[in-house]
Amino acid sequence: MGSLVSFKNVIVISGNFPILTGLDFEAGPGEIVLVKGRNGAGKTSLLRAVAGLARITRGSANVLGVDIAANPADVRHRIGLLGHEGFLYEDLTASENVRFVLKATRSDPSKAEAAMASLGLTGRLGDLKVAKMSAGQRKKVALAALLAREPELWLLDEPHASLDSWTRGVLDATLNAKVSRGATVLLVSHESHHGSLVPTRTVEVGGGKIISDTHATKPVPLDPLAVAEQGSGNVA
Amino acid sequence: MWRDALLIAAKDLKIELRSKVTMNQILPFAFVVLIVFAFALDTSPGTLAKVAPGLFWLAVLFSSVFGVDRAVAIETNDSAGEGLLAYGVDPGGIFLGKVISVFVQLFLLEIFLLLGVVVLYGPKIGGLPLMAISAFFATLGLCAAGVTYSQLASASRAKQTLLPLLLVPVASPVLLAGTKAWQDAFSTAASLGDPWLRLLIVFAVVYLALGAIFFGSILEG
Repeated sequence: MGSLVSFKNVIVISGNFPILTGLDFEAGPGEIVLVKGRNGAGKTSLLRAVAGLARITRGSANVLGVDIAANPADVRHRIGLLGHEGFLYEDLTASENVRFVLKATRSDPSKAEAAMASLGLTGRLGDLKVAKMSAGQRKKVALAALLAREPELWLLDEPHASLDSWTRGVLDATLNAKVSRGATVLLVSHESHHGSLVPTRTVEVGGGKIISDTHATKPVPLDPLAVAEQGSGNVA
Repeated sequence: MWRDALLIAAKDLKIELRSKVTMNQILPFAFVVLIVFAFALDTSPGTLAKVAPGLFWLAVLFSSVFGVDRAVAIETNDSAGEGLLAYGVDPGGIFLGKVISVFVQLFLLEIFLLLGVVVLYGPKIGGLPLMAISAFFATLGLCAAGVTYSQLASASRAKQTLLPLLLVPVASPVLLAGTKAWQDAFSTAASLGDPWLRLLIVFAVVYLALGAIFFGSILEG
């Protein structure tokens, strides 16, 4: 099974500060990789580098068969990134934002409605300006755009933050379905449980490198108590 | 690239229609500039009619600073500009889309502003083809240079002060050539072979080319 992401000795420098310091990382199709680490360890930088948004100073970086250091524009539209920001326009409605993303990524705009409906963004909510939405609703809009796009590689930075338990469940079920069809998910999270989303691997980032890489030997059982806590809004 | 440009332009114009920043803030500002300069110079109709082209283009230049700043600021909220890169939108298309959007807004503003100039200063308008074509290329040049420098300034913490500092000197050929072309248009010597019009065309073409080539590098930092 070939790697969708293959980073070898990757160095990324921001200003004068190295944020990835010779990082080696591989991920194949159908994997859910949980990326853990302390604040400032380089988790978000890893996702940005994989998305082709961080300039790779040195090393070999191949994503979806493309040298992302040399030709990031060739592959970006096939990657779905959900970061701390939703990339949304406040003066556009939820529906307009999702449709714009689909057009920008050359995806099918007719998929917008179904994706929004799956997250409860129907009726008045769909026509509401993003500026008037709560943090959780904005996150849903960004997620709806991602779900409608159906990227091959999902890069999710704290995707469960701000979401209610029902939406978390929908997100997890959708991601599990995509992964079963060969999509790959890189998930950055500080949470110890991720609902029904069960990582196949857990990598720990520290000092801009992978310091541990653990393959799950068996599926992690769902912890109902933790899911209930997540649903009550205890977000890390 | 053109597909992306039209997508960005349509999105920006929709946002402008919702926010009405140009209509409610930049247009009144441009009128204030016209009125204040009239007070500062002379209130006699002869003098104002004579300097009308210069004051018009000065008001347009100042307005363009706000227009291009707004066009780039749209993309800084919620890191939307980074989102465009993440979606694989062509940076040249982003540049051209911004130029088209600001051009449409600025050209409409100029029509209102021209009416204001006629009412306030009373110049004898003539040479409409030269006026229109020189306004087209002057506006295009202002937008192309403005969007490029606005994106460049947006990375700075002092972007509000840096943009006019960068743009106003760079755009001074537009101010000069636009003024001279309109003075020629108002005179009996109006001709589409006007040398000032040629300067405006060269300025617009050069900045469109520079922006399309370098905007991606500026955007990606």
